[in-house]
Formats: sequence, C-alpha cells, structure tokens
Amino acid sequence: MTAPSIETRDLTIRFGGHAAVNGVSCAFRPGELTVIVGPNGAGKTTWFNLVSGQLTPTEGRILKDGVDITRLSPSARAKAGIGRAFQLTNLFPRLSVLENVRLAVQARHGIGPRAFRPARAYRDIAALARAHLETTRLAALADLPAAALPHGDQRKLEVALLLAMEPDVFMFDEPTAGMSVDEAPVILDLIAGIKKDGRKTILLVEHKMDVVRALADRIVVLHNGELVADGAPDRVMALPIVREIYLGLPPEDEAA
Amino acid sequence: MTDTAAERDLPSTAACARPTAGGVALFSVIAVIGLLLLFAPFVFSDVRSTQVAARICVFVVLAASYDLLIGYTGIVSFAHTMFFGMGAYGAAMGLKFGGADWGHLLLGSVGGVLAAAVLAVLIGLLSLRVKALFFAMVTLAAGSVMMVLASQLTSLTGGEDGLVYSTPRLFKPAMKLVTNADGEAARLFGVPLDGRLALYYFVFIVCLVVFVLLARIVRSPLGTVLEAIRENELRAEAIGYRVVAYRTAVFVIAAVAAAVAGVVWAVWLRYTGPDTTLSFDIMIDILLMVVIGGMGTMYGAIIGVVVMSLAQSYLKDLMSAAAGATSGVPILPHLLDPDRWPLWLGLLFILLVLFFPAGIAGTLMKKGSRS
Repeated sequence: MTAPSIETRDLTIRFGGHAAVNGVSCAFRPGELTVIVGPNGAGKTTWFNLVSGQLTPTEGRILKDGVDITRLSPSARAKAGIGRAFQLTNLFPRLSVLENVRLAVQARHGIGPRAFRPARAYRDIAALARAHLETTRLAALADLPAAALPHGDQRKLEVALLLAMEPDVFMFDEPTAGMSVDEAPVILDLIAGIKKDGRKTILLVEHKMDVVRALADRIVVLHNGELVADGAPDRVMALPIVREIYLGLPPEDEAA
Repeated sequence: MTDTAAERDLPSTAACARPTAGGVALFSVIAVIGLLLLFAPFVFSDVRSTQVAARICVFVVLAASYDLLIGYTGIVSFAHTMFFGMGAYGAAMGLKFGGADWGHLLLGSVGGVLAAAVLAVLIGLLSLRVKALFFAMVTLAAGSVMMVLASQLTSLTGGEDGLVYSTPRLFKPAMKLVTNADGEAARLFGVPLDGRLALYYFVFIVCLVVFVLLARIVRSPLGTVLEAIRENELRAEAIGYRVVAYRTAVFVIAAVAAAVAGVVWAVWLRYTGPDTTLSFDIMIDILLMVVIGGMGTMYGAIIGVVVMSLAQSYLKDLMSAAAGATSGVPILPHLLDPDRWPLWLGLLFILLVLFFPAGIAGTLMKKGSRS
C-alpha cells in the first residue's frame, strides 16, 4: 500500500469553548477519492480550512507526504501541492476569466528571471491557461470579467483555478453546489478524469448521494466535529450511526 | 501566434480589454501632455510656466507610484510624502553640507533613497500583515514622526526654515551650455541654452524614466499578481502567492520612486523644507490626483496631476480676470474674488467625481466600449 499523501493527527480547533473539529485523525493515499459527508456544521469546511492553511489548529498535526506542514502558510502549502477549490465562489472578480486562470498557472510555473516583460509575452503560461479553460468549457468566456459570469460558470472557473495549480492533493468543497443539472456533469466528469489518472489524492465534500455513490472509493463521516465513520461506501452508509445522522436530520440538498 | 492573438491575451482589467473610443481620446490627450512637457521650455517662455511643468513631472511620479499602492494593490498609505521628503532631504543635505557638486548630490540622493527603502521594508514587514486600517494608521504615525524630526533636528534639516543650497554648476542659470560669438548663451528658437534648460531636462528625463519603469511593472506578471491581491487577498494566498512579501515589495518600490521624485524636486527648487516635501497638504494633493485621474490606471496619474496643478496654479488668475469682467454685476465679483479659489476648486472636484466616478482615465477607458 502506498504511503499517505495527506494525513491529519488528532486535529482539533476550538473557537472559544466550541471544538469545531475535534481530534480528527485520518490519512489519504494517492489514487484514492474520499468523500467527506456530514450534516451542516459538522466541521467539513473547517477541516478543509485546517488542511489548506486558512486556519491554524489548536492541537494536532497535518502531514503532507510525511512532512509536518501544520505551521505553513496557505501559499507554502499550495507550493507543496495542496490545491483547494472553495465552497463559496472565491475568485478575482474584476479580472478576466483568462487572467484568473493565468494567475494560478503563473503561481505554479513561475515567471523566470525576466520578470519585467509584459505579462502577455508569457505565451506558454497563457497557452496553459487557455487549455484549462477548454477543459472546463469556459474558453468562449475568456475575456469577460469573472464577476460577469453566471453562477454555474463561476463554479467551473473555481475548478479551473484548482486544475491550473496542478496539485497532488485536490480538495473540492461542494463543487457542484447550486449548479444546474446540465452543468454538474462537466465538473463530475473532470473529477472522474483526475481520479482515473491514479496518482492524485482527491478529497470531496459532497451532499448529493448519487454523486457520492458514483465517485467515492471511501467515505469519511464527520459529525459535531468528530470523525464518526470511515470506510468503504457500502459499509459506511449501512452503519446505524450514519443512518441516524442522515435520517434523523432533514436532507440538505433536495436537488440531488 | 499572431500579434492580434497576443493582444487578446492582454486584458489585465476588463476595462482595457480592447481600445475604446474613450481610450483613444485619453491616449491622445496624454500624448499632447507628453509633447508639451517635452518641449515646455520652448513652448512656454515664462519662468512660472516652466515651474508648473516641472512640478507636473515630479508629481506624475509621486501620483503614479501612489497609484501602484492604492489603485493596483489596495494598500492605503499616508507615508508617501515621508518617502518623498527623505529623498529630498538626502539630496539637500548632500548639497548643503557636502558641496554643490555631482559627487555630493549623488551621495546625498543615494543615502536618502536607501533610507526610504530600508524604512519601507521595516514598516512593510512589521505591519502589512495587519488589517488595512491599522496599516494606514501606522503610516500616518510614521509620517507625523518624520515631520516632527524634520522640524526639530534644526542643525541637520534647518527646522521649519528648511535648507537653501546651490546645485551643481551645470544647473546654475549663469551656466552657458553653448556660447555664441558674443560669449553669451546661444539661443535655440529664442530660448537661451543655459543652466535652467539643463535643469528642466534633468527633471523631465529622470521623471520619465521612473514613470516608464512603473508602467512596465503594472504590465508585467507582477502587476497582475498585485491586482489579484487587491481583488481577493485570501485566494491569491491560496493559489500560492506570498501576499505579505508582494505587498512589502510593492511598498518598497513605491517608496523608492517617491524618494527619487524628492531628489529631483530638491534639485529643482534649490530649497527643501517641511512645506515643500513632508506636509500633509501634499499627501492630500497626491490622493486627490490619483482619485481624479482614476485609481488603478497608471496613466490616470498624468491626467490627475495636470488637472490639479493647472487648477492650483491658474484658477486664481482666471478668477481675478472673471471678477474684473463682472465688476458691474452684484454678488458675482465677490463669488469670483481670487480669495475664494478653494471654493471653486472644491466645486470642480465634486463635478469630476460626479461625472467621472472611476476617475477621468478610468471612466474614459470604459466609454464607447460598445462601439
């Protein structure tokens, strides 16, 4: 079995007295797609923020390929290969769609020693950015400001930025939330494509059960900040505690 | 890839995706301003006009470097005149205490610019990670301390009176660049080729070089990162940019540009005092110039500086002429009295902000985008 690419040990963060994530230990291997489920407020996004560096844990450690990254800044973690798409669309609103993606490509590949050249002179970077826009079917909108895109396209751009980072660990936080039935498959096909590559670690927060069944190799269930179940999808979904959490609470996303 | 395809890769903000009718008008105006500044000593023969032209050159650098901070990166600083003053006082002390030669001018200038850069690194690293409001407060405090220092360290800075000094011989009015048969300065188109002319072109060329460098920075990949930080700091960090490092770097670049403008200003005026460099009035002027011209446009700085400088220099003349012309009419001559000029300047600002909400350059570039 391959070594875990990302691992959290006893990860805890408290806001005041409330532990939003409480002693979560789990490890994820390359080639594996894990779906993280749990009701609203279970700590899924907070756990994501701890791993990608937006929050610093109160206790516990985070390891990337066995190296402790608990104290690294978000930018250093991005450089270390952890890529994150956000739940709430989080773009550069007044920059063009192409410029948004180009920034991510530029962060990944660098601009070399001749930094004073005009930005448009970096044709390799622009070509890569355009390729990512083709993949996410945004090429026709390249020159529009990101803020002018409809919601579904903004979600796609969010994913395009993540692709452009070329990470080893892909973290998707509800990538299809609010997308139409026509648009969601574009994103899900993309995720399936990354999974097929076999070398990437994929973490996915998702509510829609059909998505979970179609993609998941493994399911992790968070509840009140604690990890309550972890394992193969069929086994986890059959557990009484999971049925209780899910059936005892109203479903959050009827659109599925 | 063809040139047109490369052009399409350019849009840094949506506004300048392709040239608009307003954009063409804007760049025509800038070209005219540039030509007038280039030939200012030949076009305007009087001393006062040349003074206004030199002031415009220096303030274009000040406003453009401030735009790099506030317009491109979203950093609000009130320490820009402090860096301006450090360059000016550096050059002034070199010339005053060292001697009126190139060596001491260079020594003082490099000292002043380096001090500004070091101070900018310190302020940046210590405080650019805190909230924007706190950073603005820190710069305000630093600027105030520098003003107190300048007025208290009388032996070094001349206190409130400032420093008066001579410039290198090349810039003295009596200097003849080319002599004619009578032993006087030769004339070109009626303008004597003397030290005053050399001094103006020293100011013009240094300011042009700094402005071109600043304009290249905002066009470079670094410029795009700065805009990204302004737009969404957290996401810029999340895709791998060290926001604090970039902010500090741009703060230092802006400080160095302001200090160089200070050096040029000190040489031009042959005098450096708190009122010509450090005063808070100048800080407000710079801020207004950038807002009027258009934040985040770089070329807007030129427009803003020209509008402000012309208003500040010639509004009084215009008003006394108007007051004279309307002397028979009741009330009007009183309203148009030259002493009321700040009233009209204020009215001008309000009108500009109403009709050019994104600044003159910013609004013009969007105009006619549907054509």
